[in-house]
Amino acid sequence: MKILVCISHVPDTTSKINFTDGDSKFDTSGVQFIINPNDEFGLTRAMWFKEKQGAEVTVVNVGESSTEPTLRKALAIGADNAIRINAAPTDGYYTAVQLAEVAKDYDLVIAGKESIDYNGGMVPGILAELTGFNFINSCIGLEVDGSTATVTREIDGGKESLQTTLPLVIGGQKGIVEEKDLKIPNARGIMMARKKTLTVQEPVQSETLTKAVSFEKPAAKGTVKLVEADNLDALIDLLHNEAKVI
Amino acid sequence: MSILVYTESENGKFKKSALEVTSYAKGLADQLNTQVIAVAVNVDDTSALANYGADKVLQVNNSKLDNFNAKAYADVLQQAAEKNSSKVIVVSSSANSKYLAPLLSAGLKAGYASNVVSLPDSTEPFRVKRTAFTNKAFNFTEISTQVKIVGLANNAYGLKESSSSANAESFEPTLDEKDFEIKVSSVDKTTGKIAIADADIVVSGGRGLKGPENWHLIEDLAEVLGAATACSKPVSDMGWRPHSEHVGQTGKPVASNLYVAVGISGAIQHLAGVNASKVKLVINNDPEAPFFKAADYGVVGDAFTVVPELIEKLKEFKANNA
Ligand SMILES: Cc1cc2nc3c(=O)[nH]c(=O)nc-3n(C[C@H](O)[C@H](O)[C@H](O)COP(=O)(O)OP(=O)(O)OC[C@H]3O[C@@H](n4cnc5c(N)ncnc54)[C@H](O)[C@@H]3O)c2cc1C
Ligand SMILES: Nc1ncnc2c1ncn2[C@@H]1O[C@H](COP(=O)(O)O)[C@@H](O)[C@H]1O
Repeated sequence: MKILVCISHVPDTTSKINFTDGDSKFDTSGVQFIINPNDEFGLTRAMWFKEKQGAEVTVVNVGESSTEPTLRKALAIGADNAIRINAAPTDGYYTAVQLAEVAKDYDLVIAGKESIDYNGGMVPGILAELTGFNFINSCIGLEVDGSTATVTREIDGGKESLQTTLPLVIGGQKGIVEEKDLKIPNARGIMMARKKTLTVQEPVQSETLTKAVSFEKPAAKGTVKLVEADNLDALIDLLHNEAKVI
Repeated sequence: MSILVYTESENGKFKKSALEVTSYAKGLADQLNTQVIAVAVNVDDTSALANYGADKVLQVNNSKLDNFNAKAYADVLQQAAEKNSSKVIVVSSSANSKYLAPLLSAGLKAGYASNVVSLPDSTEPFRVKRTAFTNKAFNFTEISTQVKIVGLANNAYGLKESSSSANAESFEPTLDEKDFEIKVSSVDKTTGKIAIADADIVVSGGRGLKGPENWHLIEDLAEVLGAATACSKPVSDMGWRPHSEHVGQTGKPVASNLYVAVGISGAIQHLAGVNASKVKLVINNDPEAPFFKAADYGVVGDAFTVVPELIEKLKEFKANNA
């Protein structure tokens, strides 16, 4: 089985989010970038298929050269090789078109259900339609036997079990592997990663359907209203009459 | 021209989000001077939509669609949109809507903006405000295609009543074999419990509760409030609560009207996921807990005394206000 893991390169979860150029661009200064957490779970699951079922694992990112350390990290975790498509991922459709060029040669494409930066939640689904692959989103469990996949999907208020056939794209998330099983690069992995191939490929022509034009930070929060622990009637009054939430 | 809205149901009844997306579609239809057409799958009585602005309801009745199937449902919506020359399609932010929207986007080559929080501030170009960076910021996105898809964030618009005809007519899409290549083998829903995504109020517990044996405090408080229960990440990592309750940047997002955080410090990753809630109440015994800076209301005190007392007082309040 050939597995492609889509890796989006996102600011570390502790990052303070700021914008520049008149609030039109994300300010990357001082920001640490990481593998999108949903993709990290997916990559770890891919490693399991590699170890247990002899799968070959490629990681791919659509991004400029600044994303290479993130791909190297994925190689250090154990991916066999990496592809960077040399373009800024300007919108979900554009990104999916680029990924589709690569994805058609794979049996299983593991992406994340969303990136934690733009929270678009659209690349995997569009990619599936462009390639004609089956698609299952919010995946929290994945088994493959020959060309049959058994997938658990998280739904609002529960989960469901699904069956389908490869080729398949999934939008993965926490649960596809347990947090404690997440793979982190060790010294040997980092050494080996240096020798693995990272292919840079030019993008294909594609249109975009949407454009992020500007950003805004949430309004500063007013100060909290504190209620004494022995005056909870006042709290209920505030929730009922002022906030109108109970 | 029309605005198409996908109204979700469960066991033949509309979900609250269906009424919210219909309200939003009505607001949009007023801006664009057009009508609202709702699509309802396997719902016999669609009259509820008449209070929220639907001009027409397309009733799709087909036993093949009894289980949600993203590909087939996207196909239904695509055919409805094409037949009614819909300019905008509105969906919710449920797990199912987020599953089908990208398929529909590719099928119609329609730009899709998810997590939208308000009506467009401009319709020409069509520009919407959405959350980004997991609620740490907002982002204005322009959709440049003929047909547009808006995914409305939960509880962002609210229910707005406006009476309309909601004329029901039957709609029979042509379904393809290819729509059913994914088969549902079992559905496992915790019945009788409110899902975090559907809840108006969420009560959440953190490490400050010391252990799973104390979770009756959270459950009882949630019960009087009619709320869903949630927890911080370490609580689910330690197995005190199921993973499905983990909220935050790497867990489930919360966009409730009221979020009650008990014994949660308010780390940046936790706040990122819950900040979209309208009102936040924090109960914590440390006055320096960062969560107080992000809260609307706070009680500095020991959860083990504050929560039981709050439960009693809320019971009284509910009894008097029933
Ligand atoms: C990559 C990454 C992603 C993450 N994603 C998430 C996420 O999605 N969601 C998330 O929640 N966390 C996330 N975290 C973890 C986050 O950084 C915090 O560690 C976590 O939120 C802390 O949980 P807590 O508030 O329950 O525990 P603590 O930080 O231990 O806080 C416990 C709080 O309880 C209070 N307390 C103690 N006793 C009492 C009492 N008797 N009465 C009242 N209050 C009491 C304390 O004052 C304290 O404020 C993530 C971390 C990383 C690195
Ligand atoms: N630039 C990118 N390069 C590679 N994969 C991406 C990129 N952007 C998004 N993805 C994949 O698509 C998933 C969902 O992203 P999004 O639709 O942007 O929320 C991510 O978790 C990645 O797996």
